[in-house]
Parts: sequence; structure tokens; C-alpha cells
Amino acid sequence: MSVQPSAPEGAEPTRFEFDSESEQQIATILAKYPPERKASGVLPLLYVVQKQMGRQTGSAWIPRVAMDVVAARLEMAPIRVYEVATFYLMFNTKPIGRYHLQVCTTTSCWLRGSDDVTAACKAATGIRAFGETSADGLFTLTEVECLGACANAPILQVDDDYYEDLDGPRTEELIEALKRGERPTPGPTIDRLNSAPAGGRRVLVDDATHKPQGQG
Amino acid sequence: MVKVTVDGLPVEVPAGSSALQACEAAGKEIPRFCYHERLSVAGNCRMCLVEVSGGRKPVASCGFPIGEGMHIFTDTEVVRRARRAVMEFLLINHPLDCPICDQGGECDLQDQAFGYGADHSRYRENKRAVTDKYLGPLVKTVMTRCIQCTRCIRFSTEIAGVPELGGVSRGENLEITNYVEKALTSELSGNLIDICPVGALTSQPYAFTARSWELRRTDSIDVCDAVGTNIVMHARGAAVLRIVPRINDEVNEEWLSDKGRFVVDGFRRRRLDRPWGRVDGRLQPASWQDAFSTIATRLKNVPGERIGAIAGDMCDAESMMALKDLMETLGSSNIDCRQDGAKYDTSRRDFYTFNSGITGIEDADALLIVGTIPRQEAPVLNARIRKRFLAAGRGGFPIAMIGAPNADPTYAATVLGEGPDTLAKLAAGELPFADVLKNAKNPMVIVGHGALTRPDGQAIAKACWDLAVQVGAITAGWHGFNVLHTAASRVAGLDLGLVPGTGGRDVAGMLDGGVDVLWLLGADEFATDRIGPETFVIYQGHHGDAGAARADVILPGTLYAEKPGTYTNTEGRVQEAFRAIMPPGDAREDWRILRAFSEVAGRKLPYDTLEALRARMARANPVFGQPAWVRHGTTDTTAPQAGPVSVSSDPFRPVIADYYLTHAVCRASPTMETCSGIYVHPAIEAAE
Repeated sequence: MSVQPSAPEGAEPTRFEFDSESEQQIATILAKYPPERKASGVLPLLYVVQKQMGRQTGSAWIPRVAMDVVAARLEMAPIRVYEVATFYLMFNTKPIGRYHLQVCTTTSCWLRGSDDVTAACKAATGIRAFGETSADGLFTLTEVECLGACANAPILQVDDDYYEDLDGPRTEELIEALKRGERPTPGPTIDRLNSAPAGGRRVLVDDATHKPQGQG
Repeated sequence: MVKVTVDGLPVEVPAGSSALQACEAAGKEIPRFCYHERLSVAGNCRMCLVEVSGGRKPVASCGFPIGEGMHIFTDTEVVRRARRAVMEFLLINHPLDCPICDQGGECDLQDQAFGYGADHSRYRENKRAVTDKYLGPLVKTVMTRCIQCTRCIRFSTEIAGVPELGGVSRGENLEITNYVEKALTSELSGNLIDICPVGALTSQPYAFTARSWELRRTDSIDVCDAVGTNIVMHARGAAVLRIVPRINDEVNEEWLSDKGRFVVDGFRRRRLDRPWGRVDGRLQPASWQDAFSTIATRLKNVPGERIGAIAGDMCDAESMMALKDLMETLGSSNIDCRQDGAKYDTSRRDFYTFNSGITGIEDADALLIVGTIPRQEAPVLNARIRKRFLAAGRGGFPIAMIGAPNADPTYAATVLGEGPDTLAKLAAGELPFADVLKNAKNPMVIVGHGALTRPDGQAIAKACWDLAVQVGAITAGWHGFNVLHTAASRVAGLDLGLVPGTGGRDVAGMLDGGVDVLWLLGADEFATDRIGPETFVIYQGHHGDAGAARADVILPGTLYAEKPGTYTNTEGRVQEAFRAIMPPGDAREDWRILRAFSEVAGRKLPYDTLEALRARMARANPVFGQPAWVRHGTTDTTAPQAGPVSVSSDPFRPVIADYYLTHAVCRASPTMETCSGIYVHPAIEAAE
């Protein structure tokens, strides 16, 4: 399990302010809670912070000053925000690279070759171990637990996007594309629709003339 | 009441009790780490496992509600094995540093490992190490020892009202921390040391000083504020090494303010340990005989009305009684125990005491605080207000303050205004809070020395009393008029009549040459520079502070730790402290000094023993002969005298500028000096 230490010296910005896009999101979030229970909005607000940091600095993380801003906005003690932000590993409490590569190494993915995905990530980015950021500052590699997409194992989650059914070469291809500034379409990287069988449907083939379920 | 059976023993406990409370009622000791009876239930240490009839596995008794007819088993093989397993888990990461741990000998983990620990560990892995945290100059952390019971988090959040501690990260990596490098901002932070069941939070000033089994324990009373916190002095040899609170649910529960706890290193510094006399403008060592004869010679031919005496804030009732008797034999009625110039109508005791009582706060349902910051003036009492505030739930205990707009009281309080005009508006019913008070069953008004030390103090006290009567706070069953004192000696002084007699001078009147001879009994907290240049000053006290610096003769007296004494707290509760250590050098018990001098002066006081003196006190005021304080109401709503000065509109000012440096002993304490530098000075600078 990865550890969440606080940010290294010098990384912490001196101030944080929500931008207009974040303010819009916050208005929507806080509308869901009664005013005296607005502390319930701490998780989505932290997520808003992380997104905004990603937009503004290219590193989606939550500095402590931002936690203080969230605490003030929700009228809760700062320590209660620190507790939440450090509890959930999806919140980054130290700076990360522009792309957050999250390799699932839980049983299904591991059986389907997550070791190759990990190796490919390391080879393509020069990262040596989980938790590190590449020298060019583009990538941070993290080991995560089951992402709930076992039918498409192995998975690499890049920021919020799932890239599925990977192997070593396709992972390297994906990372090269990211380096070029492209953002390939998320989803299976093989001939497959979502988690339907590879190479087309295998059952109910007689119904092929009918409109398939679940596809627009 | 619910009937349950504990190990075959039938007991009755109130509905809603937990299994652990039922076991305690049955006299069964249940081991625990996270459970603390004054904190919320966390249920995370699992040490209190018991078996319950019908249950298939052991349950954590601290959080398990009892039911009628339930059978609880506290000592079965399953329970023992379960507790042993919990203990083994706790010890996986707990270091084996008991020999160098300050908690050693009084450690819950150590004690319970004795009962449930294995003789060896089955783990070969490295133990977890955790970086220590900075929590300020009072609480030392060794976080590797932490077993994450979260008592400290719950204490700071619930009791102290400063939610600054928390658990960050998770699982194996969970750490108790304040996350930021900042001292805890609580006047009750020392209690963290007591509630920590292991050696993770220990006393910084007491670090590596002594082992708990070396200490001699003496019951005493804290005199750093007027709450009368019950304490135990832990002494070794000639020195008190630490002070810890003693449980008294009526007064302090089991808390103690930081000043009362950490002032202890001021006990041996700057002490007056021999008599001194001023010769040619310089203080020279003297013998008791010389000192006494110098005073007696100087007193000769001085008429009584030119002699005065001022008693300080930490005096015991015995010495004040002796001082008053001495002044009477000298023919003087110039005596005062009110260094701060506070005004009271002393004709009735309930005009100057905290009549609702500290436990009464828990029965109150509306509170008005006038001219006081209880958090600084009486931190332990403030914790009681917060307790009531939390117990009442959202909006259940409305609190309003007049004065002190910038102070964080640790509970939600509406600041109505800054001065007495707000009080008048409230009385006129112009503010909505007037209705809140009126509709309350047990409304409380607390008036403090931010109001009473003003020239118009007595008029404000009368206004508060009138308001209390008007809102129905003074009835036969409830007395909602409360004076919150800041000086430990004050109520006893007023009870014994240490106020100027007819034609007598008060403190201000004795200054600027108002008297020729001035006897200061531990009095340092007034404008000593305003004592007239010709006035002959006798300072009787324990610390070389403002009073001693001005003195012509110094008589070395004793600290509260060094004498048996009687103290009356702000409620009017008479409590006894015992002698923990002997005074240093030639210092003597204060009443004995006065008694001995009276003989030299040829006006011998009529008591030779403490018992005789106490009998004299009981004659002077019967409260000193009464064993217990009882809650009272009154049907006599006659208001106190308003005094000669009418109410002005000036805003109330705080009486305490620096919580850590309010009297001579804490000014001699390096720990208090450090605290002042860390907590008070940055705040003052920030305000400027």
C-alpha cells in the first residue's frame, strides 16, 4: 500500500483560490446538502481542488493551503479535512506528474498480465518504482487496488480514463501517445466493444439483424 | 433501570448503559485503552471484549448496549484468549522501551500486558516507527509508542474544544497528528498527558525527572485560579516534581488547567528563603529576630489608621485570618484582599460567589456571560460550560457574552455587545436574548472581573442581579447569579472580612502615602510603584516579585505546597490542602509568622495551633466550620448595593493580559515563560 506523506519542502504553494469553473462546481455540490450539514461536501470539494490544480499547474494534487480553504468554506476544523484528504489514496497530497498512471495489480489484472503493463510503464517513462515521478515530470506511476473492471483486465487508469485489455507493447504505445500530447480514446485497446467478447458477439448471433442491446 | 447479570452477579443499571458500565457496577474490572468515561465511545482498541449470552462471538463491552436480563461473562476462556490476542496485536508495533519511558510504572499498556501479555513475541518483522509530532512546549510526543486509541483526538475535540488533533492516513500508516507544525492552543492541553494510556504523550517539563513509584503524594488545591481544582502534589525529597488533577466531579471532574499543572517549576526559583531588611537603601540578609524587632520599632507610635495591610491572590484563609486579627490588635481597619480593586457588596455571601455551582452549569439552560473570558480565567470551569453546550445539542444551551468580542470561548456564543449599555438593553427587553433568558427554566448569569474591577463594578453587579431576578434566575430552588473570581484567595478573604472597616482605606487608599506602614501578604498584583516613598513596606511571601522588590523588610513565607491551608473557591466551597513539602531555608508558615510577630509586638494573637486558628475562623464565619458546599437558592431577591459610581458606557476589558504569567509563581517558572513566548506574544504581535 502506498504511503501518503505530506508534500516535499518548497512544493507547497503559498495560497490557493478557487477559480470560476471550480466555483460553479462547488455551487452545484453544496446545493445537495442542508447548510448546517455542508461539511458532507468535503470529498467532492477536495476533488474539485485536485482537478483545478491539474488544470492550473499540470499536477493534480491537493496542497495543504487548499485543504485549509476547503475547511474554511465548509466551516469545519482544518484537521478534519486533513484526515479525509490523507485517508483516501485517490487524493494526492504531494505533487504528481501531468499524467497519473495507475496500474491495477489485484488478482484479475495480475493473472491477465499486469506485470507486463507495469514493466512497460517503467520502460517507457524511466520510472523505477511505484510512487515515483518520471524525470521529465510527465508521469507518476502508482499501484492501485481493484478498479472494478476485471472483465477487461489488465487495466491502466490514466487520470480518470480506463485503458483496458492492455499488454506490454500497447501500454508503451499509449504512453508514447501521451508524450506526444495525444489522448487516445479510452476503453479496450483490442477489437472489443466495452466488455463484450473480443472479435464480435458469440451468442445470440441469430439476433444480429436486431438492434443490439446496450448500444446506441 | 435494567437488570443484567455479570458473571452470575445480578446488578441494576440505568437504561442505555453499556455492558462495560454494567460490569463496573458489578465490581468487575474491564481492561480498556480507548474507552474513557468522560469521552465519547470509540470502540477501536477491542481490549474490553466480553461474552454476552446468545452472542456468538465476544463483543466490545464499551459500546455494547445492555438489554433486560442479559448475561455478561467477563472471565471465560474465550474472553481471556480474545484479550490476549488483542494485546498481542497491540504489542506488534509497540516499542519495548519501557525502561526509558516516562509512562513506565503508571502505564495502562504495561499494567494490562501484565495480565494479558504473552511471554514472548511471535513476530520477527520490524516494528513500525512513527515520527514525533510537535504539540507545543508542554506535551512531549513519542509517537512510535502510540496505540491509536484516539483518546487525545476525542479530548481535544470534545473537552478542550480545540479540534486540532486528528488521525491522518490509514491502516498501517495511521498517525495521530496535528498535521501542521503548531502548538496546541488549549489551556487544558496538559490533560492529554493524563488521558494517554501509553507513553506517547508525556509531560515535556517533567521528562526523565522521576519514576512514579518514587513520588510522595499529597492532596492539595490549585490556587492559580479560583476554581479550586483538586490536585495531587507529587513530591520527592524536598521538591514537588509534578502536579496532577484529583477527581472531584463537583469541581474539576478530572481536569486541570495548564497553569495549575506546569507552574511547578516555579516553586523553587526566586524564592525568599530568609528574612531581609533594608539597610541604607539596600536589602541585607537579616535574622527573624532582627526583622521582627525592626518592624516592631517602626510600628511604635504609629497610630492604627496609618497602618495598612493587603492580602494577595494565593493566600490561604488561615494567614488572612491572622493578618486581619493582627491589624485589629494594632488598631487598624485598613485591610483589603482585593488587589485588583474589584467592588462587591459583601453584606451577603451570594452577592460575591458562584451560586449556581459548577455542577449547576449542567442544569442551566441559558447563559449570559458578562465581562469575563472564562476560558482564560477558569479553563476548567469553561470546560464544564462546553460540556453542557455539547450535551444540550444544537441550540439547546444558548450562550451570550457581553464583552470579549475576539475571544474564542470554545462554544458557540453570541456576542451581544461590548459594554454595560448592552446589559441595560437586555434588561429593557430590547434584545432577543432577553426572551431566551426569560423562557429558560434555569437561566444563569456569570459576571466576571472585567466588570467588577471597574469603578462602576458594584453598579454592574447590581444590574446583573436585577436582570437575574427579572428573568426568574433567582428562586427558592435555583440561584442563577454567579460571580466568577480570578483570585484563589478572594472568596475566603471576603468571608473573613478582609475589606476596609468603617473609615478604613482600600488598596487604592493605602497607596500614594495613604498609610505609613504597609503589610503585604503575598501581594504583588497591584501598582507597587504607587506605594508612597515614605511608606514602610513589609512583604511577607514566598517569591521575590514586585512586592518584595519594594519592601523594607521581607518575611519569607510559604507556598500553597508547603503549608496546610484552607481555600474557598469561587462557588464558596471550602476545601483543604495539605503540606506536600517543607518550606526552603528559614521560610515559615504564614500564620505562624504573623502569630510570632504579634508576640514581639506585644499584641499576642490568641491561637498557638492550627486547630485553634481554624476554630477562630469558624467563629469569624461559620462557613469555615461547615464540611460541605450545597446547592442553594434564595427567595430574598433584594439586590446588592449599587455603590457610589453609576454605570459608564466603556467597553469591558479583559482582566488577564497573559494567561501564563498571572502571579508571582508562574512568573518564576521557565515553563510558563516559554508558554507565554509561544502562545501569547505572537497573538499580541498579530493583533498589533
